[in-house]
Amino acid sequence: MSLPAIVIKNLVKRFGDTTVLQDINLEIPEGKVSCLIGPSGSGKSTLLRCLAFLEESTSGMITINGEALGFFENANGKRERLPSAQIRAVRAQTGMVFQQFNLWPHMTALGNVSEALKTVHKLPRAEAEARAMAQLRKVGLENRANHYPSQLSGGQQQRVAIARALALEPKIMLFDEPTSALDPELTGEVLNVMRDLASEGMTMVVVTHEIGFAATVGQQISFLDHGRLMFSGPPSEIFAKPRHPRLDQFLDTYLDRGASMLV
Amino acid sequence: MTLKLFTLLLQAAVSTLGISLISIAIGFVIAIVLSAAILSHKPAYVFSARLFISFFRGVPLLVQLLLIYTLLPVIGINVPSIVAAIVGLSLCTAAYQAENLRGGFESVPPGLIEAAEVTGLNPQQTFFRIRVPIALRLTFPALINEAIMILKSSSLVSVVGIIEITKMAQDLASSTYLPIPIFASAALIYLVINSFVVLIGRFAERSLGGASA
Ligand SMILES: Nc1ncnc2c1ncn2[C@@H]1O[C@H](COP(=O)(O)OP(=O)(O)OP(=O)(O)O)[C@@H](O)[C@H]1O
Ligand SMILES: [Mg+2]
Repeated sequence: MSLPAIVIKNLVKRFGDTTVLQDINLEIPEGKVSCLIGPSGSGKSTLLRCLAFLEESTSGMITINGEALGFFENANGKRERLPSAQIRAVRAQTGMVFQQFNLWPHMTALGNVSEALKTVHKLPRAEAEARAMAQLRKVGLENRANHYPSQLSGGQQQRVAIARALALEPKIMLFDEPTSALDPELTGEVLNVMRDLASEGMTMVVVTHEIGFAATVGQQISFLDHGRLMFSGPPSEIFAKPRHPRLDQFLDTYLDRGASMLV
Repeated sequence: MTLKLFTLLLQAAVSTLGISLISIAIGFVIAIVLSAAILSHKPAYVFSARLFISFFRGVPLLVQLLLIYTLLPVIGINVPSIVAAIVGLSLCTAAYQAENLRGGFESVPPGLIEAAEVTGLNPQQTFFRIRVPIALRLTFPALINEAIMILKSSSLVSVVGIIEITKMAQDLASSTYLPIPIFASAALIYLVINSFVVLIGRFAERSLGGASA
């Protein structure tokens, strides 16, 4: 049994007076697809953003492949912030894909994918672009390399965004509702890229409303409700009847969105 | 109106064009610094930048030029009038360009900056590689407008002793008693220069962003 890729311990996140995540404890297994599901406002994005260190947790700890993310506990058990170089190094192990793609509009697909290789990793342009091209090929978009985001469909933009994250060779990929902004007929191409990635053994954390995807590709399903992790387990357990009433109620609203197979 | 008179006007146009373009470029660099200061959210930087901007936007350019021209020698700095002219125009356009840019920076969607953050770009790299180009693209039409404003306002630098188009036209008009053809020629020269600026702007705008968003 390998070590978990991510360990979340007693994680709390507050925005001002509102507690958005309440004492989350979760281990994300290595090499598996872990799906976060739950009603709107339950804190899924916030949790994922804490894993990407786009939000700083209020208390608790996150460990990525054994290394503390952002904060560590000193000898007195107090939480302290790590030096920023160390934070960057730990963050580099994760790649993030956003709901809104967030491609840079002034760069081509190739430019988007090669940017960090050039500016952060200081690769020569030719090498950076060759690597970026290989990633675009992987998501089936090598013939769109010189297109600007505005010239690509939503599904293509999201695949470029996935290539951009993969180009940095992360150990873990974080996805925040990667298909929610897409027209229904375009979700398939993105989900297929994600399935391929899963079959290669990439560790993935996927916030999703695609219950069908979660049930078929997910190996760990975590259900969040009102900032609490209600339960977490393999899909066979989570979706088996009798189900927790909150989950049943939640799934009811998604019956028309691919979850009908679970009923 | 002879060819000789027209040639004199054209020579003066070189001053107008040179002083304006140099000032716009210097002003742009200062504007980037000012908007970076405002975006830093450090109170001292924000306050200084705001003070700068309010002063140079709130005081007429003519008064700024006269102040610079008369103030500098008093504090022991003797500058040629061309330097005073460029300093005055640069500082003034910097204030306007900074306001434009700040608006542009604020309209950059936060998700694009987060994407830079998660791909490992540090704040400086994010600023120069992501924020500046996108903000520039968003504010480019306003920048072209500002360039045209400066080209026209540059006629004011005659008060510090620079002979540019307007001043040359005035001098020629009074010495030749041919005011109408001379002022008409001056107008034509301004018009041609500014039309060029608009054309170059359109071209640059297209190549700046590849395709429009
Ligand atoms: N920056 C913020 N400031 C204040 N409150 C916030 C902030 N970000 C999120 N919240 C609040 O935190 C709660 C959880 O939000 P979050 O975006 O994590 O939910 P979610 O489960 O991803 O929902 P959805 O399915 O709609 O995306 C919400 O009540 C939201 O209003
Ligand atoms: Mg969300």
